[in-house]
Amino acid sequence: MRKFDTKVQLLKYKVLRTVAEEAYKDTLLKNIVDIPKKIVPGTEATMRCCVYKERAILSERVKLAMGGDSTNPNIIEVIDIACDECPMGGYEVTNACRGCIAHRCEEACKRGAISFDHNQRAHIDKTKCVECGACAKVCPYSAITNYKRPCENACKIKAIHMGANKAAEIDNEKCIACGACVYQCPFGAIMDKSFIINAIDILKKSDDNKAYKVYAVVAPSISSQFMYAKLGQVISGIKALGFYTVVEAALGADMVAYHEAAELVEKGFLTSSCCPAFVDYIGKQFPALKEHVSHNLSPMATIAKYIKSTDPDCKIIFIGPCTAKKAEIKKPEVRPYIDCVLTFEELQALFDSRNLDITSMDEDVLDNASYYGRIFARSGGLADAVKQALAEQNITDFEYKPVSCDGIEACRVALLKASKNVLDGNFIEGMACTGGCIGGAGCLTHGEKSKSDVDKYGREALEKTITDAIGFIKT
Amino acid sequence: MKITICIGSSCHLKGSRQVVEKLQELVKKNNLTDKIDLAAAFCMGNCQNGVCVTMNEKMYSLSPETTEDFFNNDVLPSLVAPF
Repeated sequence: MRKFDTKVQLLKYKVLRTVAEEAYKDTLLKNIVDIPKKIVPGTEATMRCCVYKERAILSERVKLAMGGDSTNPNIIEVIDIACDECPMGGYEVTNACRGCIAHRCEEACKRGAISFDHNQRAHIDKTKCVECGACAKVCPYSAITNYKRPCENACKIKAIHMGANKAAEIDNEKCIACGACVYQCPFGAIMDKSFIINAIDILKKSDDNKAYKVYAVVAPSISSQFMYAKLGQVISGIKALGFYTVVEAALGADMVAYHEAAELVEKGFLTSSCCPAFVDYIGKQFPALKEHVSHNLSPMATIAKYIKSTDPDCKIIFIGPCTAKKAEIKKPEVRPYIDCVLTFEELQALFDSRNLDITSMDEDVLDNASYYGRIFARSGGLADAVKQALAEQNITDFEYKPVSCDGIEACRVALLKASKNVLDGNFIEGMACTGGCIGGAGCLTHGEKSKSDVDKYGREALEKTITDAIGFIKT
Repeated sequence: MKITICIGSSCHLKGSRQVVEKLQELVKKNNLTDKIDLAAAFCMGNCQNGVCVTMNEKMYSLSPETTEDFFNNDVLPSLVAPF
């Protein structure tokens, strides 16, 4: 049974699970200092130079599992001592250079940065190199490598760099909390703050849903997760944790698509507001375009607002693939509706902290949304849903030209064009993560099949149209 | 008077949308839109007996087929002021 993509995720999970176990038993504060030793027992180091460093880093992970540094507003934090201070020399010629006579690298370099020694081996003049990578592409021996830190490579908006102590440093003015660096750092030195103990507290104080009810709102990307079990068993597992019931965020997506279509026609140009990292990016890098961001709340907040209208005293915990959602719920317009955010990683840790074997459970059901709400989880789904919503509202005299941006780099290109009024389109679907939400940093696994899993789940929805799914809610 | 219909997953799969649509239609047909307030809930804790509907704190078990009977036999009499 393979639950995670990497061993870093596994390590993070062990910390979350242990913290959750102690929190459930009310022994967290008493046993907190023993957690690192519990996870790394003995004297043999398996990850770092010695067990003491491993444990020191683990105690930092425990802190993050308990909400992290409250003075740092960012959801994403660097664990300084876990950062391996990777070399970052940029493009360099390696020993694989054979000193050939073709010198394609020299021809490819527009800056004249390549020279050759007496063995005909290439050298890069760092004062001239602009890190374009053209030389690396043409070398027949692949002898030119880019020494770039994985975190910097992952962060397409350049919000992470080497700090004064050589460890990675996040620029909070730029960071959109997408979590790309969290997933990519091979040493697990960057982590998202966890609110798993807040979730446990909410569940415990509900007194088995007697004091108030606790609703789980789950993101549609759940269909590409927990592949070792059936989706219905995951729902049973969530209820076994003490949730009163589970509602699809995709129903909120249906509502959003319906209203966004009308808003688009009214305004003529719109960007989506579903992805909190994308919305944050517009605010930080393209403030002039802020007025064009859809005024709809995200699907998560939309469905939560509706649930709270039916049950004002309830508490709602969102479970999804997203680290930026943890930042979104701090916004004043979202805060009243969502009480806590968990990732799928954290949900797995919660299951195991309670020793719940979901594979042995009966299958419960999850069916609130339409096909269109469910496909929001993957790139292109939102644009398809808005198209459908236009058709269902009989809006035929509007020429709909969506631009689906898969990943933050594509978002940047589209926003740049839009800011210069040269974008060939009138609706930007912005997803910060590659592939859409299924590529989120809080996913247990990221795979080729994720998109088809989402589409399959979409097709299984009882309701085939947006209007059918939200018919009752509109009234 | 408020009638709450469960639109949670289990009841939804058992036809709560059809129940809602039927009730909306009947309320309209009988000119009761100002007297009857149709509301939704996401679970009433009685999934086995869905579609769950609550009226005057009493829970009913409906299906799209029994909705009209419920309206005639339970909803309409409840609207008459008790003496």
